[in-house]
Amino acid sequence: MSTVIDSVGHTSVSPSREMSRANEPRKAPQVPPNNALMDAIFRNVTRFFAFAVFSLLAAILATLLVGSLPSIEKFGAHFLVHDNWDPVQEDFGALVPIFGTLVTSAIAMVIAIPVSFGIALFLTELSPPWLRRPLGTAIEMLAAIPSIIYGMWGLFVFAPLFQEYVQPAVQSAFGDVPGLGALFGGPPMGIGMMTAGIILAVMVIPFITAVMRDVFEIVPPMLKESAYGLGSTTWEVTWRVVLPYTKVGVIGGIMLGLGRALGETMAITFVIGNAHRLSASLFAPGNSIASALANEFTEAVGDLYTSALIELGLILFFITTIVLACSKLLLMQLAKQEGARA
Amino acid sequence: MSSPMESGNPVYAARRRVNAFMLTLSGAALAFGLFWLVWIVATLLWEGATALRPSILLQPTPPPGNDGGLSNAIIGSLMMAGVGTAIGTPVGILAGTYLAEYGRTGWLAPATRFINDVLLSAPSIVIGLFVYAVYVARVGHFSGWAGALALSVIVIPVVVRTTDDMLKLVPNSLREAAVALGCPKWKMITLVSYRAARAGILTGVLLAVARISGETAPLLFTALNNQFTSWNMNAPMANLPVVIFQFAMSPYDDWQRLAWGGAALITLVVLGINIAARMLFSKKH
Repeated sequence: MSTVIDSVGHTSVSPSREMSRANEPRKAPQVPPNNALMDAIFRNVTRFFAFAVFSLLAAILATLLVGSLPSIEKFGAHFLVHDNWDPVQEDFGALVPIFGTLVTSAIAMVIAIPVSFGIALFLTELSPPWLRRPLGTAIEMLAAIPSIIYGMWGLFVFAPLFQEYVQPAVQSAFGDVPGLGALFGGPPMGIGMMTAGIILAVMVIPFITAVMRDVFEIVPPMLKESAYGLGSTTWEVTWRVVLPYTKVGVIGGIMLGLGRALGETMAITFVIGNAHRLSASLFAPGNSIASALANEFTEAVGDLYTSALIELGLILFFITTIVLACSKLLLMQLAKQEGARA
Repeated sequence: MSSPMESGNPVYAARRRVNAFMLTLSGAALAFGLFWLVWIVATLLWEGATALRPSILLQPTPPPGNDGGLSNAIIGSLMMAGVGTAIGTPVGILAGTYLAEYGRTGWLAPATRFINDVLLSAPSIVIGLFVYAVYVARVGHFSGWAGALALSVIVIPVVVRTTDDMLKLVPNSLREAAVALGCPKWKMITLVSYRAARAGILTGVLLAVARISGETAPLLFTALNNQFTSWNMNAPMANLPVVIFQFAMSPYDDWQRLAWGGAALITLVVLGINIAARMLFSKKH
C-alpha cells in the first residue's frame, strides 16, 4: 500500500493529484490555456471534413450537370427516348444504353435475389457454427475480386462456354415458343446482355447476401423458437416468420445490390458487346451507360460528344443515387423498428 | 409413440418434403456462389502461372511481339494508390471522427452518414467523370495526380464508414474515464478513442487500399495510360488495371498473356489484403 501512495505522491500527472489541485482555485491555470483553443480547432477541422464529405454528392451532381449542359440544351428530354447514337452526325440519344443498363441489371436481380436468399438462409440457419465464418468470408471474397477480373474471365472463359453449350441448348428448347423465342433469338455469340447479366449477378450476390444475413440475425430468437415450438419446419420459420419480420431490410439489401449492378462498369464492358442497337433478344450484344462511357469517353472528339457522354454519366449517377438512397432509407426504417421494439 | 411429424399423415409428409427441398436449394445456392469463386480463382492461377515470371516485375510493357513485363504499370499503380490513400485516409478519418465523436447532436452527422453510404456504392466510373470535369478538363491533360485524386474519392467513403463504426464500438466508459481525469476532448479522442479503435480503423484503410488496387473505371479518363516507365505524377501514368484492360482487349497473344499475369497478380494482392485486414480485425476482437 505504502508504495502506491508513494508513487502517487511523486507523479505529477497522476489522476488523484490533478483532481485535488483542481479543487484549489489558485492552481486552476495548471490546465494549459490552449486546450480550449485546441478543442475548438479539432472540432472544427473534423466538422469541416464531415461537411466536405456531405457536399461531395452535390458537387458530383453539379459538376456532371454543368458538363452535360450543351447536350441538354441541344437534345432536351428527347435525349432519354431517342435511340440513335451517331458521333459523326453528332446525333445522340440515350435510349440504347439506358435500356442495356436496365435489362442487364434486371437479369442480374432475377438470378441474384433467390441465390442470395438461399446463401443467407444457409449461413444463418443451416450451417454448423464452425463453418459459418469460412463460408461467409468466401462469399464476401466474391465482392473483393476486382471488376476487371470478372470482365476478363467472362470474355475469355465464360462467354465461349456459354456460346458453345448453353445458348444452343436454350435456343433449341425455347426457340419455337412464341414470345420466348424472340427473347433468345439471334446467333449465339457468347457475349451479349444475357452474359453480362449473369456475371453481374455473381458480382452483386455478396452484397445482397451480406445485408440479408445481417437482418436475419436481428430476428428475436424467441419469435423463431415459438414457431418451432408450434411444430414449424425450418423452411416455414424462414418463410413465415423471419422473412416477414425482416421484409424491409431484405428489400433494402436488394436495392443495394441493384444500385451496385446499375453502375458496374468494367465487367460489363468486356462482355456486353458494345453495340448501339436495341434488340429484343437477350443474347444480342447491347450497351450499358457505364460501358459506353468506358469505351468512348477518351476517344470522344468535340464538345457535344463529350457532353452527351457526361449526360449519360449524370443519368446513371442520378438513378443509382435514388436506388441507393431508397436502400438506405429502408434499412434505417428496419433499424428504427428494432430500436422501438427493444 | 411416434410424434405427429413421423406419422404417415400426408400433410406432415408434404410439409417435410417442402422443407427438405427448400433447404437443399439453399445449400445449392451456397454451392453456386462458391462455384464461381473457385472457378475464377482457379482460372487466374492456371492462366497466371505461365505468365507470372520475374520479368513481369522487372520489365516495362512491350510492343506486341516483344518480351516484356508490367513494371511501369506496377510502379504507376503503387504510386497512385499510395497518393490516393494518403489523401483519402486523413480526410476520411477526420470526417468519421466528427460523425462518431461530435455527431450526437445536429443535422450534419446523420446527413453525412446517409450521403456517405450512398457514395460508398456510387458507380466508380462516374467518379472518374467527376475528376475529369473538375481537374483534367481544367488542367488540360491526363495525369497521375488526377488518377490519385479519383482513387482518393473512392477511399474516403470506405474510411469514413469504418472509422465511424469503429469509434462507436469504443466503450463510453473509456471516454468518461478520460474526461473525469480532466482530459480535454481533443486529447481524449486522439489518445483514448483512436487508440482503442486503432485496429478497426487500420482495417478500414486496408480495405480501401484493396478496393482501389483493382479499380479500373475511374482511371480510364484520369490517369489514362503510358507505354513507358514514368515517375512523373503530372503526366499520364501507366497502371495495372488499365493495362490489363488494354492488353486483354488486344488481338495479340503475348499481350493477352501479360494481361492474365497482371490479373492474377492484382487478384492475389487484393484477396491477400482483404484476408489480412480480416485477420487483423478478428485478432483484436
